Amino acid sequence: MAKKLMKGCEAIAEAAIRAGCKFFFGYPITPQNDIPEHMAARLPQIGGCFLQAESEVAAINMVYGAAGAGARVMTSSSSCGISLKMEGITFIAGAELPCVIVNMMRGGPGLGSIQASQGDYFQATKGGGHGDYHMIVLAPASVQEASDIMQRAFDLADIYRTPVMLLADGIIGQMMEPVEFHEQESKRELPEKLWATTGWTPDSCRKRAVVNSLYITNEELDTLNQRLQSRYREIQKNEVTVEEYNTENAEFILCAYGTIARICKSAITLLAGEGVKAGLIRPITLWPFPSDTVKKAAEQESVKALLTVEISSGQMLEDVRLAVNGRKETAFLGRPGSYLPSAEEIAQTVLRMRRMHS
Amino acid sequence: MTKVFQKTKLLTDEVMHYCPGCTHGIVHRLVAEAIDELGVQGKTVGVVPVGCAVFAYKYFNIDTQEAAHGRAPAVATGIKRVHPDNVVFTYQGDGDLASIGTAEIVQAAHRGEKITAIFVNNAIYGMTGGQMAPTTLVGQKTTTSPYGRDKDHCGSPIRMSEMLATIEGSAYIERVALNNNANIMKAKRAIKKAFETQIAKKGFSMIEVLSTCPTNWGKSPVEAMEWLEENMIPYYPLGVKKEV
Amino acid sequence: MAKVTINEELCKGCELCIRACPKKILVLSDTKLNSKGYHPCEITDMSACIACAACARTCPDVVIEIEK
Repeated sequence: MAKKLMKGCEAIAEAAIRAGCKFFFGYPITPQNDIPEHMAARLPQIGGCFLQAESEVAAINMVYGAAGAGARVMTSSSSCGISLKMEGITFIAGAELPCVIVNMMRGGPGLGSIQASQGDYFQATKGGGHGDYHMIVLAPASVQEASDIMQRAFDLADIYRTPVMLLADGIIGQMMEPVEFHEQESKRELPEKLWATTGWTPDSCRKRAVVNSLYITNEELDTLNQRLQSRYREIQKNEVTVEEYNTENAEFILCAYGTIARICKSAITLLAGEGVKAGLIRPITLWPFPSDTVKKAAEQESVKALLTVEISSGQMLEDVRLAVNGRKETAFLGRPGSYLPSAEEIAQTVLRMRRMHS
Repeated sequence: MTKVFQKTKLLTDEVMHYCPGCTHGIVHRLVAEAIDELGVQGKTVGVVPVGCAVFAYKYFNIDTQEAAHGRAPAVATGIKRVHPDNVVFTYQGDGDLASIGTAEIVQAAHRGEKITAIFVNNAIYGMTGGQMAPTTLVGQKTTTSPYGRDKDHCGSPIRMSEMLATIEGSAYIERVALNNNANIMKAKRAIKKAFETQIAKKGFSMIEVLSTCPTNWGKSPVEAMEWLEENMIPYYPLGVKKEV
Repeated sequence: MAKVTINEELCKGCELCIRACPKKILVLSDTKLNSKGYHPCEITDMSACIACAACARTCPDVVIEIEK
């Protein structure tokens, strides 16, 4: 298929459909409206269903119902709307249902702004709702990657029976880039959804289905949480994805995800011009976080320090610091939404760090 | 000898957790019998609430989903849109449907969602220990209206059936009560009719069932039935509120 | 001729059946206690039963079965 110039949001929506998503429930909020709009146009054409809910709260609960009924289902929103969805997301995690949630992050806190931000990192990677749960968080850095990642997002949701979040800043959603939709055949073996509520009689060849997150006795709740934690360990073992760029024998390592990671690459080129060897670690899965990659890179003798760069005030920084565990200096450069650190600013910061280390 | 009355197979053998005389058990039976008589067990999915009926998934012999507080109509919408030929119902109390879940129930009716809501109105929060509900009668004492509900302070009780009957997407709305044998039989017919309305794809249907909460009303089950008759029925008139 | 079977073990002694019975032939047992500690309901005069099933319909725990 030829490349097509598409907005990130549209590409994400189209890729979701090609990944088998037939149901979408959402509520308008900037800057992600192109996703529901694309779904509203396309899903009826393929025998699916798009429904504009009365609120984000209702939308995520419709996702719960549809996922519980066995469908590939998705919702999307932006920051404030994701906060509203958090109740539903923790219920989805507790009921072990698969679904995909897109968060096209805008500035916060509160109503914030509609400019790009990465301020929801903590919310996405540390659970967000109440209770001991995680969701898998995927962070694309281009329109192409955002579209490629959708099949994986739905597959991971099905395999691990967990909500999966695609976490992108508004720039990824709003910019246009060439995109090519690759063959979207799932390469992974997907479990049969024998737990789905499709209608049951005593003659059915499965148990009566109860989709539920209520575990009233200590024993029941402990069993659920042990199961979830062991599943999370599996995910951490098997599903970490990360891009390493120029990190071998680097003096300085930048850590960044999403749009700002691309700016970091420009900074690395600028630094090369100054004779400084810098590399980049770009987590593609924010949860599970590529701690081992960060740790190994930091352990290199050549590495003087790490610089985490975010469009937020030092959220991913905490995961980088946990991974580095004091082995090297871990500096931070970030802007809390609205403004993005420029390549020059990043390069200057590294040069300053270099002077301090020489 | 022939059986005149026996427990429907649509109820499981699980012993219900409800307090003695709680009318949830009657409503469960009526819903189960309606599903049985319509022969739709294999395609019915129930959505159960937060509140005293939180364990209802143990009692219905059908596939069920447990919803967050008030969100059952949204969950039911998700199920129904995936499987339009399923019979999908919500089972909700007055705190669930008339307080925290008003947006979801109003909008489900507004969309003409082809689901059935079974709305158990006992004028109080049961599971949490007898707090005031939007349906609590003026003057009624609860743990959060210890001096009696004051309408100047927190309004008058909400009549959900009448309100939802004004919505274009509502196809069948009826209020029934469980205070005597005749009314219990009427309640059964109403619930069955609501399911039939859904199966005929006419739109949203809801049956409001005036019920008792002896424990939190501080009355014996028999006294509670009398109280329902004397106090609730006059404020919440029985009958069909909408039929298309 | 009617036959009323009460699952006494599951009865919670709420007396709604007693209230519903038009023949007033149901009472709570004076002598029996079930394992939950309730005095279950029992029938005093089976021959007077008209098998109307009003008791069964009002029983929240569905513990009454009627034959005729």
